[in-house]
Parts: sequence; C-alpha cells; structure tokens
Amino acid sequence: MKPRFVLRADEPWWRGPLLVMFAVLVTFIVTSALIRWSGGSPIAAFRYMFINPLQSRFGLTESILSATPLVFTGAAVAIAFRAGYWNIGAEGQLLAGTIGATWFGLHAEGLPSFVAVPGILLAGAVSGAAWALLPALLRARLGIDEVVSTLLLNPVALLVITGLLNGPWRNSETGFPDSDVIAQSAMMPVVWPDTRVHLGLVFGIVVTLGCWWFIRSMAGGLRLRAVGLAPGAARIAGLQVERTLLTTALVSGGIAGMGGASEIAGVAHQLTIGISSGFGYTGVIVATLAALSFIGSLLVALMLGIINVGSFSASRALSIPSTMGEVVQSVLLVTVVAALVIQKYRVVWKQGQS
Amino acid sequence: MSSATPSVLLREIRKSYGVTVALDGVTLELVPGEIHALLGENGAGKTTLMKTLFGLTQPDSGRIEVDGNATVIKSPRDARAAGIGMVTQHFSLVKTMTVAENLALSEARLVSVDLAKARRTAVDAAERYGFEVPADVVVAELPVALQQRAEILKALAAGCKYLILDEPTAVLGPKDVDSLLGVIERLRDQESMSIVLISHKMKEIERVADRVSVLRRGAVVASTAARGMTTKELIALMVGGDAGESVARPVSSINDDAPVALALRGVSVKRSHGGLEDITFEVRAGEILGIAGVSGNGQSELVEVLSGTLSVDEGQVEVGGSHLADVTPPSLLAAGVGMLGEDRHAAAVHNLPVVENLVLDQLQSVTRRGHLDRSAMAERCDVAIRQFEIKATPQQHLGTLSGGNMQKVLLARLFGRSPKAAIVSQPTRGLDVSSTRYVRSLIADARASGTAVVLVSEDLDEVLELANRIAVMYRGRVVGILDAHEVTRERLGEMMAGVLV
Amino acid sequence: MIDFIIDLVAATLRIGTPLLLAALGEIVTERAGVLNLGIEGIMYSSAFSGIAAASYTGSLWIGLMVAVVTGLVAGLILAFLTVTLGVNQHVAGLGLTLFLISVSNTVNRILFTADGGQVRVEPWKSIGFGGPILDQYLFTYFALFVGAPLVWWIIWRSGFGLRVRAVGENPEAADVAGIPVARTRYQAVLLGTIFMSLAGAFITLAYVGQFTINIINGRGWVALALVIFGRWNVGRSILGAAIFSLVNAGQLQLRLVPAFAGVPFELLLALPFLAVIIGLAVSGRNVPYPGSYLKPYRRL
Repeated sequence: MKPRFVLRADEPWWRGPLLVMFAVLVTFIVTSALIRWSGGSPIAAFRYMFINPLQSRFGLTESILSATPLVFTGAAVAIAFRAGYWNIGAEGQLLAGTIGATWFGLHAEGLPSFVAVPGILLAGAVSGAAWALLPALLRARLGIDEVVSTLLLNPVALLVITGLLNGPWRNSETGFPDSDVIAQSAMMPVVWPDTRVHLGLVFGIVVTLGCWWFIRSMAGGLRLRAVGLAPGAARIAGLQVERTLLTTALVSGGIAGMGGASEIAGVAHQLTIGISSGFGYTGVIVATLAALSFIGSLLVALMLGIINVGSFSASRALSIPSTMGEVVQSVLLVTVVAALVIQKYRVVWKQGQS
Repeated sequence: MSSATPSVLLREIRKSYGVTVALDGVTLELVPGEIHALLGENGAGKTTLMKTLFGLTQPDSGRIEVDGNATVIKSPRDARAAGIGMVTQHFSLVKTMTVAENLALSEARLVSVDLAKARRTAVDAAERYGFEVPADVVVAELPVALQQRAEILKALAAGCKYLILDEPTAVLGPKDVDSLLGVIERLRDQESMSIVLISHKMKEIERVADRVSVLRRGAVVASTAARGMTTKELIALMVGGDAGESVARPVSSINDDAPVALALRGVSVKRSHGGLEDITFEVRAGEILGIAGVSGNGQSELVEVLSGTLSVDEGQVEVGGSHLADVTPPSLLAAGVGMLGEDRHAAAVHNLPVVENLVLDQLQSVTRRGHLDRSAMAERCDVAIRQFEIKATPQQHLGTLSGGNMQKVLLARLFGRSPKAAIVSQPTRGLDVSSTRYVRSLIADARASGTAVVLVSEDLDEVLELANRIAVMYRGRVVGILDAHEVTRERLGEMMAGVLV
Repeated sequence: MIDFIIDLVAATLRIGTPLLLAALGEIVTERAGVLNLGIEGIMYSSAFSGIAAASYTGSLWIGLMVAVVTGLVAGLILAFLTVTLGVNQHVAGLGLTLFLISVSNTVNRILFTADGGQVRVEPWKSIGFGGPILDQYLFTYFALFVGAPLVWWIIWRSGFGLRVRAVGENPEAADVAGIPVARTRYQAVLLGTIFMSLAGAFITLAYVGQFTINIINGRGWVALALVIFGRWNVGRSILGAAIFSLVNAGQLQLRLVPAFAGVPFELLLALPFLAVIIGLAVSGRNVPYPGSYLKPYRRL
C-alpha cells in the first residue's frame, strides 16, 4: 500500500501550526537521543537552550547579539529566494563584507565616528555585492545555474581571509593570524548599556524592515515577486527578468556583506579566521523557517540566537558539545520544511483510488 | 453480454473542468478495419475525448465498453492492456535515448536491456507496414517525421488494436504525410486495425477516412460514412450551418479615414517547417481584423511575432505608422500594443492577487516615486471588476479563479489601458457559453472605443461574428483578406483548405 | 622538470580520487532528476563515521562499511524529503548537509575531542610500488578502473540506467511505460550516496588518517560543479576532475618553487575553485540539464 499525495484546496487554519508543532516535537526527539549519548539530560539541555537565555538580562542580550548577523543573512537569503535566485553564497558574501569592513576599519584612523560607522557598513555592503557579482552575471547573461557558482565562492572567501591574516594583515603586535584592531572611530557603539548589543542590530532591523517595505509597497517589489513566482508571465508582461535577478543578487550580497561589517565593527573589532560560524548558511535556515517573510525572519533570527547562546551555556553546565545548537537548528529546518509541504497535501492510503 | 464483433464504444462520456463542460455526453463507436476521422476546432473536445479513452484523464460519467464489456481505464497502462494505443501531439518519447532504447523501456529489467528485440521490432515494422525507423539513432536527432514513426512503433509494439492519432500530420511535410497515410491504410487493411484520426486536414481525411464524426463544444454534431465525401462537403460538416449562405454581419462599416494602428509589411520568418511568408496587412483604429485558418497554418507564429517573442527575418512591423525597430514585449507595450495569448496560464501569475496582476504590464502608471499607488490600483481594480463583470475579489489569487474569470482579468488588463492595438489569440478557448459570449462582447466594445484588434481564432463562428475584415492563413501565407459582409462560410472554408480562386 | 611533472601527475591522481567518486555518485542521482545538495554533508559524515568506527573496532574495513551505511541513511532521508514529499531540493539538501556536519562534529566532540584528543587511525597505504605515478591508493585504482566504468555501464548499458535516464528526462513517458518513477529515483539517490561515502571515507581512512573539522572544505560543492561541467557524462567529469586536481596539485607544487614563495598560499588554494567557475562559465551555456531536474513527479 503506497501513500498517494493529493493536493488539498481547503486548508483548515489549524493544520499548519499543528504540523509545525509536530515538527518541533520530532526535532526534540531526535536531538534528545544525541544529547543523552553525550551524557546530558535532554530536558535540562532544552531548558538551557530555550528558556535559560530568557531568564537573565545577560542571556537575553547575548541572544540578541548572536542573532544580529542572522538578521542580515536571513534578509539577504529571503530576498534572493523570493526572486527565484537561489543564493547559497551568503556565507562568502558575508565574509567578503568582513574583509571590506576590516580594510576600511584599519584605514579609518582620523575619521569622525559619524562618517566612519556608516562608512564601514558601506564598505561591507559593497564588498558583499562585489562577491555576488560573478555568479549573478553568469546567471543573468549566460543562464548558468547560480547554486553551484555561489556555493563554490564560499570556501574561496575563507581562503582569502586566511591568506590575508597569514600575510599582510597578520597582527603586528602578537604575530597571530588575526588582524589588528580597527580604528576606534569605526567601532559601532553599544545601544543597550552594559551589554554587547551594538548599533549593528539597529541597522539590521532597519534593512530587514526596508526589505519588507520594498516588497510590499514598491513597484520594484512587485516586479521581484512576479519574477520569482512566474518568470514566464513576468516576461509576457514586459518585465525585465534578467535585470531583476541581477539587481536582486547584488542587493542580497550587499545585505550579507553588511552583516559581516556589523560583526567586525560591532563585536569582533578585528578580523579572525573564525569570524563567521556559518552565518550565511544559517541565514538559509532563518529565511526558510520564516517562510521567506521578513518580519518573521526577525523572530526566527532571535530564536536561533537564543538557541546559540543556550547551547553554549548548556555545554558549559552539562558538558554536552556546544555544536548541539547547530544540530537542533538543522533538524528543525528539515522537519519544519517537511511539515510545511505535508500540510498542503492530503495523504491517501487507499489502493490507487482518489 | 459479449458482442460478436469486437469494438470500442464510448458511451455518454461527460467531463467538466469546474464550470466548463468539455464533453457533453459523447457517444462514439470504433470498429476494426476502419479509419474514423474526428473533426472539430480546438477546444471542441476531441483531445479530451481521446485522453479519456487512453486513460490520461477520467470521465465524470459515462462508460467505455471494449467488445461489449464495460472496462475501466484508469491509466495508459490499462488502455494498453485493453489494446488501445495513442500517439499524442507531444510525443511521449524520451528524447535523449535512441529509438531502440525507447522501445525497450517498458520491458527493461534491472541489468539487461533487450535492445536486440527492440531492433527486431523495428525491422519487422519496416517490412510489414513499409515504414522504416532507424533504431539506433537518438530520438532528438531524428527529423520529426521519423520521431513520430518511432512513437507509432511504440504503440504497435505494445500490440494495440485501436490506434489513436492526434493531429499526426500537423508537423509533417507533404511527402511524409503521404507515407504516413499509406502506413495508416496498410494498418487498416493488413491488420484490421481501428484507427482514430484527429485531423484538420481535409485532403487527408478525404483520402483515407471511412467514417467522420464532428465535435463541437463537447457534443457530436454529425457522424457519417465518409467514403466519397469531397473536401467541400467535409468543410460544410465542420463549419456547420448552410455553407452557401451569406450571413448578415452585425458590424458597422469601417471608417476609411481611421488611422492605421498596426501594420505588417512583408514579414517573413524562415523555418524548416512552418514559418511565415510575406505577411502584409493593416489594421485601422476601431476595426477588428480576424485571422481565420485551420490550426497550424502559421497563426501561432504570427502571434509570436506580434507579441515580440519571435524575431522576423524579413519585413517590418509598424505601429501607428512608424516602423518599430525593436520588437520586444517591453517596446510593444510602450508603443501601445497589447496582447492576450492563447495560454492564459502562461500569462497569469497564479499566486499574486487580481489587483496586482491587473497592473503588471503597466507598473509605471501606478508608480509614484518608486512606490505603488495602492489606492489607484484598487480603483482600477474596482472599475475592471465592474466593467468586465469579473467574479472575484481584488485580493483573490489569480490561480483560484475559473478559466473564464481569469480570462476576463487578462482582458481587463489588456483593454483597460485603451491600447492602440490589441492582439487577441483564441480568446474563448475552453470557456463556457456565457463567458464566451461576454468575452466576445468585450472585444467588440474595445473596437467601439477605438482599439485596433487582431483576432486570431480557430473558431469560425467567432471570427464571423466579430471581424470587420477577415484574413485567411494557409501554410504561413495570407491567402486573402475579405470584407466581412462579402464573405460566405463556403468561401472561407475553401480558402482555409487552400482552395484558391 | 621531469620530476616536477611526475610529482604533479601523482598528486593529481590522489587529489582527484574523492572528487571523482563523489561526482560519479552525483551523476547517477542527477540523471534521475534529483539534485543532492547533501553531497558535502554525506562526504563529511561518512569521513567521520568511517574513521570513528575504524578507531573503535580496529578494522579499517568495518570503518568503510560504516561509512557507506551512513551515506545510505542520509540518502534515504534526502530521497524521502525530495521524492516522496516534494520538498524544495535546494533547501532539503542544504539542510541535510548542515545536519550531517553538525551531528558529526558533535559526536566527534563526545567521543574524541572532549579531552583534547583527536581520532586517528593507521590509514591504508598506497600500493607501494610502481614509481610515483603508479604508487596510488587502492581507492584511486578503484575510482578510475572500477567505479567510473561501472557507473558508465550502469547508466548507458543497464536496464536500471535506462530507467534512470527515462525518469530523469521525461517522467511522464517513463510512467506510461510502466516504470516506477519514485522507486527509481530512490534507487538512484541511494546508489549515488554509496559513491559519495566512499569519497569521504577515502579522505580519513586512506589519505589523511585522521579527522579534523572542515576536512571536506567545499569539495562536495566542487564535485557538484564537475557534474554540470561534465554534462552528466562520466568521461567529461573525469576530465573536469583532472583539471581541478591538476590546478590544485599545481598550486601545491608551485609553492615549492622559489619564484612563487611570496604569494600567500591561500590564494593559490583558491585557484582550483576559480578554475571550476571559469570552466562553468566557458562551457556552461545551454547545458542539457536532465528534463525533470529539480521537479518532483506527481501523476495528475
């Protein structure tokens, strides 16, 4: 007896949320096994991961800090995906942004803050967009699939960083492969006193809201949506499909790059090899879990930030590996995405009849 | 109860897609040793009927009886098991594999593939039916005629006794048509096969058909023995009505002072098969030029040229008297030429609401400083909904609308901007009676407000009802442009069949 | 100079082995119309599970088997998501990669590195004779002389391959011909993951003998590109793998050349990736993607 999937036209409102909750449950079950193996108690671990960060000011603000780069990459991926441009290169674009920002930050001595701070973000955005240019051109002009070209540039960006840090940007004092600290004026001020939450968060939220506004209210947003939903119909309506894809790809790269700049200017203040812990890939998780909505991605980014912080404290307290948070996030992605698809279909178990 | 003579009977087949009735209680009988031609315009239900027989779709009601026994055909496999085979317009061959591999596909085991058997089948067929198919050539590299032979071979190899051929000669040149018809005759004579031939080509039907049935709007309007019928008589059957009558046209006469809105001068598109040759015509403001013709005589190419998706090799397109150098969708729209294509699903963005689909091709007019003027859009949408009687709400996704309403939205988009010229292709295909009537009145209204309309339609009634002048296309050329009130159905039919005076 | 070339060829063969194996697996998968973006994760998790099992049992062969089983399980998950459920193949594959990498890193932490250690085994050695070029690992010989011809034969000569190609090109026609489309796709995905896990296992069980974070380092994506560059053909993919590996081996050798000593070696490391992208740009126009690529099949 094989299941057949029949598209349902009617969706009771409760089906979606119910299936998502089921997905979350499956996530818990799967990760529990792993947590138990590592010698921890799943209930305790989940409490650390989800509840604990919200119980202290420090936990909350660290979660927000952790979510900051995800706000950028989530928006970057969402806007690309909505145009039908499969940008899996947000990681490389973010790293390119960190390179541009570091360069700017190292040369920003003497600039006043109100110039240097926007300047460093701009440097990041331009670098990110530049990193996105080649795959975008290949797609727009030659019709070459952007999935592989954007993916391949991710390790290249990391190699460039490693090369710079082992070479010209090696720390002049310590000799370690991390860069000198950037100019004071380019560092982003903290916006929540006595925490590490910095101005980058504000920029990230502004950019995300800007994307939201663009998509729903601007003519370019409608063009983007049409191209993403039905490129053939868009072409018939006289829309320039290739130009839209190119522009979207560059904007997406720019946003990711700005996220990199935000990390440099707001938290790290120098470039290191481990500057990104997969922010670009996590951006895909953020965008997908938020079903490509921008307001939703803010919430999802926060949730993942909480999980990140929580799993770190879980690892200290319970000696389970800190990578458990990544496991939770990726299982969540897979189960929720499956749930979102299942909700659209009615499963028919009968033999060949509809 | 088992009948003595084998046959396939389709009894009272009904099929609706939502509110559109595709088949309205069709009864048809197929008998061995007979070539049964199925006539009718696109959208009349011929293909739907045959898809039902071949298991590609299920009827809402009615039965299929094979040799007198009610048979349920739920899939092509059931059809083949019942001895029914079909060669569709879109070949079901795997283009990147060879003919032999395609033939061997259904019998392929895990490791071994009996290509030798497939090759033998091909050789057999060459001997028995006189058509050769090179077995070891990749399908994509074969000329279309041979691809079709491979498709037929696939059906024969499955041992079918009833073979459905859906417009097989549409893609063939004269010599290949000849050999195909010869093959069909041989199949009938040597193997006593029962063959259903869906076709528009009168000459071919005249040559081979034993029986002919005409479908119009989902019902059989005529079914008679065809042996000895002339093309003229066949055309009369197909177009219906009294072929000789000259119909009074409810159209106003053209104002000769009206400016020429759209013109084609010497337009040619060179293709190995099909294409356009030296197309020249003018359409004035406030006039409908109907393009009539049997499907496959260049109308699609003409529409593609006029919509900017096919580039011309010779000749030029003029809008408002001036030559349009760059014929692309954006430049045509900018010049005031709009289009309604024959595939509304290709032009509709299903997951966007009606209000947004309505302005998609004219965003500049509702954009202020980059922002969408939502209130202007809402106003336009309300006007469109009222004026075009669209049964939908502005926020409804276009994909949830019925075919008729979707068409009205696209027409509202087209005519709402009062274009200089509009190309309308098969506007009422697949629509129910009331939608059809309404859409036609919309087109007439557009003319009344000064738009020059090019109406491309295979529905002769439609062309006759709406057009001021009628251009008939045959084999990629315009064989004549007649004034509507001078034309008779008979004359039109003759021109459509290539009978020139 | 001759020595330089000999060393270059030898290194090319070594470097190209995991790429070729992974590409062979992806060819079979994509020929059925399925994109497996889990390739990077499968290589990673098979590399880890193989060496972990080998370390615990003391047997490299058991490690190899465990690696393959890991790949098969991952393949089942991907096939279920994309073929049965019809989830977007980019998201499903990427999610699977992220999942496999994070789980592998976690288990690595649990089992080995929590105390600062690292999993190590005594890896397989190369065959040990024949001079630099012929002195390769068994994996390399397998990839070139067994794996590649086998995949070629499977796709172009076997009945299974015929079905795979039909499903990948025109699933409706395949369905009409009686071929089980979903089942064929599952089989193609699973067969593909076997090769991908061999690629990962080669790296830890033979080439390096230990597992480190980021050990795959984007080679799965390179294999993906090679499949497109190779137009889903075995021969052309070998060519692509050779080009990439040659450039990769070349930059390793170039470092030893005094003239290039000043160039940051990471830049040279990036060359092979850029070579692949250029290769795609040059040859990638109008590439004949399998007809049903990325499209889930539903009988309407």
